Amino acid sequence: MPVVLLNSVVCLIDRFPALTDVNLEVNQGEVVLLSGGNGAGKTTLLRLIAGLIPAFSGEVTVLGRDLRHNRRAHRSEVALVAHETGCYDDLTVRENLHFFTRARGKTAAQADVALDQMELGRLADTHHGKLSAGQRRRLSIAKALAVSPRLLLLDEPHAGLDAQGRAVLDGVLSAAASDDRTVILASHELDRSRALADREIEIVSGKTLERITGETSPVNPAQS
Amino acid sequence: MAGKDLRIEARSRVTIRQIIPFGLITLVLFAFALDPDRGILRHVAPGLFWITILLALLLAISRAYSIESDNGATDSLRMSGLDPSGIFLGKAIAIAVELMLLEIVLAVGVVVLFNVSIASIGFLVLTALAATVGLAAIGTLYGVLASGLRVRETLVPVLLLPVVAPILLGATRAWEAAIDGSVSDGWPWIGILVVSAMLFTAIGMLGFGSLLEES
Repeated sequence: MPVVLLNSVVCLIDRFPALTDVNLEVNQGEVVLLSGGNGAGKTTLLRLIAGLIPAFSGEVTVLGRDLRHNRRAHRSEVALVAHETGCYDDLTVRENLHFFTRARGKTAAQADVALDQMELGRLADTHHGKLSAGQRRRLSIAKALAVSPRLLLLDEPHAGLDAQGRAVLDGVLSAAASDDRTVILASHELDRSRALADREIEIVSGKTLERITGETSPVNPAQS
Repeated sequence: MAGKDLRIEARSRVTIRQIIPFGLITLVLFAFALDPDRGILRHVAPGLFWITILLALLLAISRAYSIESDNGATDSLRMSGLDPSGIFLGKAIAIAVELMLLEIVLAVGVVVLFNVSIASIGFLVLTALAATVGLAAIGTLYGVLASGLRVRETLVPVLLLPVVAPILLGATRAWEAAIDGSVSDGWPWIGILVVSAMLFTAIGMLGFGSLLEES
């Protein structure tokens, strides 16, 4: 069974169609790149898969759960790295990580491992409000890794990272893929992301097109 | 959840530096407006105290949800896997603790500024506890209801103040009984406060998850 299965999905944001005809099938262990211009619908698609927004119509199944009936059931196995960190300015890096990791029933030790993975150890006692954009991005990724998700969703994960941070992220994503985790990342860093991804899905005006060796064709799960 | 919110408050000191001074300034303004020498203040002190607490509650609610909206923390909370009723209770407990701190300071202010002597401190404290639990539960519930809206700051007072009217009435009457020493007159009002607290805590625990999803 696919980890993510979307069929003819329409999604409205403030009554306007953000996704008009999305078909997507992602299998266990795949790394899928979502590409497309600004406003194409990449972030909306990731939030839809995370269950943060509902579909207006169509079939949305993630990790075997039909999100039309319950958008919360699958979240314990999903992590989303969004544009914002989702952390609290007046808590330290470590306190933020421990709070969200423990909320998922994981241990503080797992949070500390993620902290080291993203090379944030020296900033562990720094308040989130004092972090730079790149450091916040590292924390956001560490927060996702700490809960060991089966499905990792990343929205522009390279944004704000310096060269060292990008290299660390690439290593982490490669390790996740070899760990049989499923990764979906939306990015404008196409060359870098294509090197990591098994395949690329382009979103154009709210519709999904699969890019195959430089050409594009409509995605149709029924034919795949 | 409560520990997280209280730790953030302890560090940002918004309650100590802004909400408590706001409450004290409001009491002083009441004293200026109603002139302590005319003896009116002593009679209306319970009502003025609880109106001040309601106004401060609006600030506390706004603060409780602004820390969630900053940096997109609401989405993190939704993705966290925490039980929504637990999130509700945690936020309500944090708001209740902040309100109790405010009530202690303002109660001293009422005694000093309004020249009020209290006959039954135990009954006064019991009233404050029951009213605070109810106010915190209602505040947490209505705060999340409006948290995703751009008009949150102005909508919450319009939605919340009519709903807390029974608590304002009950707490004021029970405090009058505590000040006068006529405790037996105050018990029915305590009953209203306890029922309100239980009712809105139950509604909050049941409905908070759906409201959080839509925020």
